[in-house]
Parts: sequence; structure tokens; C-alpha cells
Amino acid sequence: MRPEDFDFVAKLLKDRSGLVITRDKAYLLESRLTPVARKRGLKGLEDLVGGLRTAGEDLLREVTEAMTTNESFFFRDIKPFDQFKAMVLPYMLANRAAKKTMRIWSAASSSGQEAYTLAMMLKEEGAKLAGWKIEIVGTDISTEMLEKAKAGLYSQFEVQRGLPIQLLVKYFKKTAEMWQIDPAIRGMVQYREYNLLHDLKPLGQFDVVFCRNVLIYFDQPTKTRVLDNISRVMPDDGFLYLGGAETVLGISDKFKPVPEQRGIYATTRVPGK
Amino acid sequence: MKSCLIVDDSKVIRMVAKKILHELSFKTEEAEDGAQALEACRRAMPDAVLLDWNMPVMNGIDFLREMRKLPGGDHPVVVFCTTENDIEHIQEAITAGANEYIMKPFDSEILQAKFSQVGLL
Repeated sequence: MRPEDFDFVAKLLKDRSGLVITRDKAYLLESRLTPVARKRGLKGLEDLVGGLRTAGEDLLREVTEAMTTNESFFFRDIKPFDQFKAMVLPYMLANRAAKKTMRIWSAASSSGQEAYTLAMMLKEEGAKLAGWKIEIVGTDISTEMLEKAKAGLYSQFEVQRGLPIQLLVKYFKKTAEMWQIDPAIRGMVQYREYNLLHDLKPLGQFDVVFCRNVLIYFDQPTKTRVLDNISRVMPDDGFLYLGGAETVLGISDKFKPVPEQRGIYATTRVPGK
Repeated sequence: MKSCLIVDDSKVIRMVAKKILHELSFKTEEAEDGAQALEACRRAMPDAVLLDWNMPVMNGIDFLREMRKLPGGDHPVVVFCTTENDIEHIQEAITAGANEYIMKPFDSEILQAKFSQVGLL
């Protein structure tokens, strides 16, 4: 790949999605974009990049989507969800008892496993949540991933990564070779196409935000910008979840770690013991 | 060190499972069918059983029901590992006392995820 082509695509990706691709990852561009070029009947990457310079929204979107990482699985890392059940949910139930509403956001929701994990967990809480209005919103920039998430169809491999068998039996139906999540669970999550680099206010306010394994793809200024953006749509006593390799330390002063709870950050107040 | 009894009539599957389980620091024992597995459990109850369904002599589900009746038979964590992948089989396994269920084909990632879910890791 020619250096000027690499630079052009790298800038395009950064501007559109925040994704940072360094020169040493040029192979990633080649391996993921060559199929896009072929699909369009183009000879190779050079033609694709040539096309991108004058391209319409369609191709720009396709290239951006091809470069995003969409790995996701149910109950990913387990611990964050245990913490949600043991600490975050009881805190919210106590502190939102008057209005009985709560909003949760799965930011960069990919194929929907995180949002559906939360939906299943809330469903399992049963009577405790009677009378509550809890919204779960999943957003992603990839329309392909959003479609997959909405359909709630997963391969046998996907439903075996992290999902306890009892929940598979309870909330999924087998359709030919795929497993489809129950319409009642699907109905608990709304999916929307959204770019984390944009103004997030139209999404409304969220009490709990899951933004795990997203910041790792951004450079420092973009991380700061995204965290600041997120903080603006959270209340004073909201909780933010980041991935195991991510932190707010040295990146944003809008959040602080919750003591002894790895991966959870509080907007300002920390729930009292 | 935790122990795991690998029950499968396929030598290849037993080998693959053994390799993964050794990497996860398990001591392993093998059985080719449910009857052999039951004998092994009578000698010493393992901490975990990785269990195939369809086997000659005694199948996995019959073994599971018999094993649960033995003294100490409630101790092992039982993870089915079978090509049977419909809800009815899974349901039957859970009712018979299985703790988790792997649908073949599997890899080390799935086995590890399932074992950690049931608290074996």
C-alpha cells in the first residue's frame, strides 16, 4: 500500500470513527479492505482509495465499518455483571425509588450481546423491578452490527461464549443452525445508529453506561473527548464501565474509580457504605 | 489440583480434552463409556466430569443419573460435551443434574469459559 494512500485512509477513519490506525497496522487495512474492493469489482486497494477520494457516503461507511472491531460475547468478563447486580443495581433501585426509572447505555454495542446480557439479568431480577421503567439503549456506528443485534440471532459458537446454559434454555429458541433470543428480551433493548464522536445529548441521560473495549482504539485526545461527551449525558451519581485494559486516570477528570471495584467509574459521588 | 473425569468413546476427543484440561491445571482420568465412568466414580469421586452423551454400553445421561445416586455423587460438577444441540436434550441434561452443557464442536476457549462459569477455574 502506498504511504499516501495509507495516510488518506487513516485520516478518514480517524475523522469518521475515532479509530487510530498506525503504520505498523497497515496489514490490517489491507486484510480488511481488500474484500471491500473486490465486492465493488475494483482491482485492489489503490483503486479503492482512488474511489474513496471522490466517494459517496455509502463507500465511506462501508470502509469504516470494515475497519471496526466487533468482537462481543455474552457476560463478557463476568465480573462487571456480578458487580452490576451486587452494587450498581441495588444503588440505583434505592436512589431512583421515587421515580422508578433508570436508563442504561451499551455504547458501541456491536452485535448486541452486552445489551442483551443486561436485559436478561434484569429479567431475572423479576419482582424486585415491578413498576420500574428501565430502558436499555444500544448504539453502534455499524449498521450491519445493529441489524444483527436487532435480529438477535447468534451462532452456536457465540451462544457458548459466556452464556450460562440455563439462560440459553430459558431465553433462546433454536432456528435451524442459529439461536434466536426471545422477543421479550429483544423488546427490552432499543438499538440506534450513533457515533460516539458526535454530540450525545439527543440520546438523553443515562444512569449507567457500558463503554467497554472501545477507548482502546482511540488516541489520547479522542479518549478525553469521548469520556467528556459521555459525562455530559450522565447524572451526578452515575456509573461508567470501561474495559479491563482501559482507565480514566490521566485521561478525564469527569470520572473517578470506584474503590475496590475494578472497571467501574463514578461521575462524582460514590455510593456510601 | 482439581480432578476431571473425561468420558467419551472417541479417543481423539479424549486427547483434545485432556490437553486443554492439563493446560488448565486439572488432573485427568479417562473413561470410554458410562459404565467405565461409573466404576471410576466408585473408586474416587472427581471434582468435574466432562461427559459425552452417545456412547456404547452406558450413555452419558444414564451415567449421570446413576452417579448422582452414589455416596458423594452430588460433588462432581458435570459438564456435558455432545453433538446433541437441541433444547430438549439440554433440558433433559439439566433435569438429570448437569451443571453446564457444551455443544460440539468445541475449542479450548469454550471449555475454559464453561468451566469458569461453574466455578471450576
